[in-house]
Amino acid sequence: MAEDYFQGYKNKALEVLKKFNVRVWGNCVVETSRGKFTGTVLPRAENDDDKHIVLKIDTGYNVGIAVDTILSMKETSYKKANYKIPEKEFPYTQGLPKVKLIGTGGTIASRLDYRTGAVIPAFSPGELYGAVPELAEVCNLTTEKVFAVFSENMGPEQYKQLAVAIGKEIENGVQGIVIGHGTDTLHHTAAALTFMIQNPPVPIVLVGSQRSSDRPSSDAAMNLIHACYTAGHSDIAEVMVCMFGPTSDEYGLLHRGTRVRKMHSSYRSTFRTIGDTPLARVTRNGITPIKKEYNHRRVDNKVTILPYFDEKVAIVYYYPNMQPDIIDSLVDNGYKGIVIAGTGLGHVNIPLYPALRRACEKGVAVYMTVQTLWGYVHMFVYETGRELMALGVVPAENMLPEVAYIKLGWVLGQTQDPEEVKRLMLTPINDDITRREPYNGYLIYQGGLPEVEEFIKKFRK
Amino acid sequence: MKTQPDPRRNYRQTLEDIGYVTLKEARQADYDRIGFMSGLEVHQQLKTREKLFCRCPAARYQKDDEYDAEVIRHMRPTLSELGEYDGTALMEFKTRKEIIYRIKNETTCTYEVDDTPPFPLNREALDIAIEISLLKKLNIVGEVHITRKQYLDGSIPTGFQRTAIIGVEGEIELPHKKIRLIQLSIEEDSCREISDVGHTRVYKTDRLGMPLIETVTYPDMVNPQEVAQACQFIRFLNRSTGKVLTGMGAARQDVNVSCRGGTRVEIKGVSKISYIPELTHNECYRQWALLNIKDILLKRIKKPDLWQVSSKSLEPDSLDLKPRFAKQIRENGWQIYGVSLPKFQGILSHFTQPGQVFANEISDRLKVIACIEKPNMDHSESLKPVLGAAQWSVVRKQLGARHDDALLICWGPEEDMPTAMETIEERCRMALEGVPNETRKALTDGTTLFERVLPGADRMYPDTDSAPIPLKNEDIEILRQRIPAVTIGAWKQMQQWGIPEDTYEYILKNNLFPLLKTLVEDLKEKPVFAGTLLGHKLKHVEGQVTPSAEFRYEQIADLVKMIRAKKLEMGIIDRLLPLVYQHPKMDFESLLISMRYKPVSREEIQEDIPFLIQKFAAIKNKNGKEALTRWLMGQLRGKALGNLSMKELRTLTDDAIKQENKRKKTT
Repeated sequence: MAEDYFQGYKNKALEVLKKFNVRVWGNCVVETSRGKFTGTVLPRAENDDDKHIVLKIDTGYNVGIAVDTILSMKETSYKKANYKIPEKEFPYTQGLPKVKLIGTGGTIASRLDYRTGAVIPAFSPGELYGAVPELAEVCNLTTEKVFAVFSENMGPEQYKQLAVAIGKEIENGVQGIVIGHGTDTLHHTAAALTFMIQNPPVPIVLVGSQRSSDRPSSDAAMNLIHACYTAGHSDIAEVMVCMFGPTSDEYGLLHRGTRVRKMHSSYRSTFRTIGDTPLARVTRNGITPIKKEYNHRRVDNKVTILPYFDEKVAIVYYYPNMQPDIIDSLVDNGYKGIVIAGTGLGHVNIPLYPALRRACEKGVAVYMTVQTLWGYVHMFVYETGRELMALGVVPAENMLPEVAYIKLGWVLGQTQDPEEVKRLMLTPINDDITRREPYNGYLIYQGGLPEVEEFIKKFRK
Repeated sequence: MKTQPDPRRNYRQTLEDIGYVTLKEARQADYDRIGFMSGLEVHQQLKTREKLFCRCPAARYQKDDEYDAEVIRHMRPTLSELGEYDGTALMEFKTRKEIIYRIKNETTCTYEVDDTPPFPLNREALDIAIEISLLKKLNIVGEVHITRKQYLDGSIPTGFQRTAIIGVEGEIELPHKKIRLIQLSIEEDSCREISDVGHTRVYKTDRLGMPLIETVTYPDMVNPQEVAQACQFIRFLNRSTGKVLTGMGAARQDVNVSCRGGTRVEIKGVSKISYIPELTHNECYRQWALLNIKDILLKRIKKPDLWQVSSKSLEPDSLDLKPRFAKQIRENGWQIYGVSLPKFQGILSHFTQPGQVFANEISDRLKVIACIEKPNMDHSESLKPVLGAAQWSVVRKQLGARHDDALLICWGPEEDMPTAMETIEERCRMALEGVPNETRKALTDGTTLFERVLPGADRMYPDTDSAPIPLKNEDIEILRQRIPAVTIGAWKQMQQWGIPEDTYEYILKNNLFPLLKTLVEDLKEKPVFAGTLLGHKLKHVEGQVTPSAEFRYEQIADLVKMIRAKKLEMGIIDRLLPLVYQHPKMDFESLLISMRYKPVSREEIQEDIPFLIQKFAAIKNKNGKEALTRWLMGQLRGKALGNLSMKELRTLTDDAIKQENKRKKTT
């Protein structure tokens, strides 16, 4: 392919560049009706308009020049920038555990893209070591990029691929797995892997970052160090999410893959265990367990990989005045499973009943969860709940809606038999349903209360 | 054994060698000789309701110990756009600082602590920045691109400052020359530092995110006074819009200085313009001194590339330390390292700044880079030595150093020693090259100390969280209408008229120059009277009185016309101005009534005087003509106001006193 001299420029802006014979990366002098500008032409983000040309001026700043003010342009020199990021080979240290880092894309491994102006997944794991040399003190790391997709584009195919890849690594005797992943759907993947990789002998740690690694304040390095430490040294052989505990650079938390959820759009400490306590606290020097019961690390290489998923499953987030045609259209489109995130203890309005009855009669598996996230579905308490159960809607206890969605897809990937589906759904794999809810499983402190403020001030956020 | 040089004598000698003169003594010829060159980066906070990238209230400040929560962060260097680590970035990372932010809910949201992306740029701030850019004749960009400028000292929790260019290539006009401007940018202000001890630095986040503009000049200034003058004028232009904050910390400047053969060094955070001359003067000579050091060293050291220090951990007991120092070392578990600097004899005590020598350059860096608090070292040419001559002999022997090597000991925590040794070697190597690139902190005594390595343009990269903002011609034209008539023309005219300078700011800020012109040119009032009427009297009234309805400045011209029309004496305006300001809708007659004005003739006033002189003799025990005159003026002032000028009144009283005296003599 011929070299693109006008990266990202289109229409009017492109015409002007061509007219004056100026290329991207060309140093030029621009005369405009607003005065003279000097600098290097930068690529234009593809979604930006066609009315401006971007210049990097000598002081390092970028400015945009309106095309319709340009009187003349003259290229004075040309130097193409080279975005090579130093890549170092990961050093081997005798005695440290062997950890595999699997890359999937997302912000833990990313750099800036000048065409779109966005952060893109392009940091190879080797480059990643170049940026976080501390990793060498924690484990012997090997890396593999299974695929590169944004977190929001992760789906069943990727879950299955990941599960199979991890199964192979375990059989090959790896001592811990780290999966770099975008944060948006990190908890969906964590749930999927919990169901697909059963009884693993080693820790499987999902990690991401809320501030991309191109920022000095990024949480990526610390999360990665914590995750690698956990994978290599922890006794907890489960699928876990490892992310910041507080917003401060203090410690990470290990969350069980089936009870974790992203709870803030931008905070570092966005991942929280819902309805239970986290598994453990982690720093680069050690792991402090919080939960007493967990699956312990083993020395064997045995693991059960169950890479199944039926994609015809949906979550329906109930709202007042929801119309029955929403349910009908799912059924008519061949959906085999519906997870409802109901109000309160697990309710929907009466107009939906006929549609739900029809769905159940057609063999669609309908499961009820709660949109309050915390607490159990209790469908015996009110008449509504009892009626819904009579229609065939199955309460999914305290399974989180997203977890129930993933699990139902996984179960339907294995069987269509309603009884078997129900048995699998209601048999917890790893705390996707817990038998009891501890008193400290629900803690959302309200700011402003003197005792809360005192706590915040004393123990940094 | 050969003797070591006397450090004090060496300091004085080297000061003379480089031809240092004080700021007072220095002439332009001195600055021309050493090639003084300086440019400015003037920061100015804008007066907006909210911060630049979030909706926190602007300009609310908290005390150091007033906070709701703390957040801890660390800064890591990142790869720049061109795939390289920036020099500053690496240095800051070496320091391994733990940064603590003290946040108060009232002034800080999740944006400031980098827990949420930026909200769209504050348009109010952008408009002010454009307005000021127009005032400085800058070329306004077509599209504003938010850029990230890395700061790894922790002063901004994201690790970068969001900043954007509004205009490039402008100029300001000083009375005798033009100063070219490189650019004007809008940016978010940084945190305020509370403390920085060892590996912990504490900041508060109240000021963080305040909208700020930075005006950058070319290095067009050729002497310290010119730098101060340019700074004054830039500050004045900023203020003339009335849309910027004033007061402590609202305007700050960084000053770039170099000498011929030197390097651009940035003096950060100069809070007062009056500090600029001393600081720039000293910095230029510091560089001149460092170049002298380079010359001396290169004569002695033939192969600079091969030059290296040798260092060794020293046993404290072997040094026969003073008991208090020995105890300090022992109790803190510190280590002492000895370092020999080959062929550096006479360099450590070489003059650099008033009261400072080359060794201070090393000590400053040990504090900043290796995080070892001062005092952190002693050396063989110290003006205030910790070790005696005999002890230095021991060190010299232990290090196997030659007599022309300079010696240094450094103490501190064991884990900081490797960085300390690197730092010492690095700074000494730089001495062979001349003046290091650095930013320096301004001290009130006019000297500076090392702050950090000067960052380059490669620490800038686009902010992926913000979209570019197009600036349309029509929007800019609307803003152009708003800019005050603050031309150098107005400034020069007022100077020519002899109007006191302390009135200019108020007059220009409030766009009163046209009114001033009307008063002087159309109404033929004396310029000094008109200037102080606006710049002093009106300003005072505005600060004291609240108007009951909208007061228009043009009413002042009407007032002058009315006084003229009524053939009143102009001095009455002192009493009328506050009244008009308070009651803009009151008619002129009512104003006169409310101030109890009565028309009185010259003769009537004159008639009162002899009686008053008698009365003064009766009630006052003070004698003398001055006391009498003052008292008489006081008694008659109210009556005379609007009828007689104070000057005329004085003539009347003087005459009356003379006559009275004559009368006394004859009787």
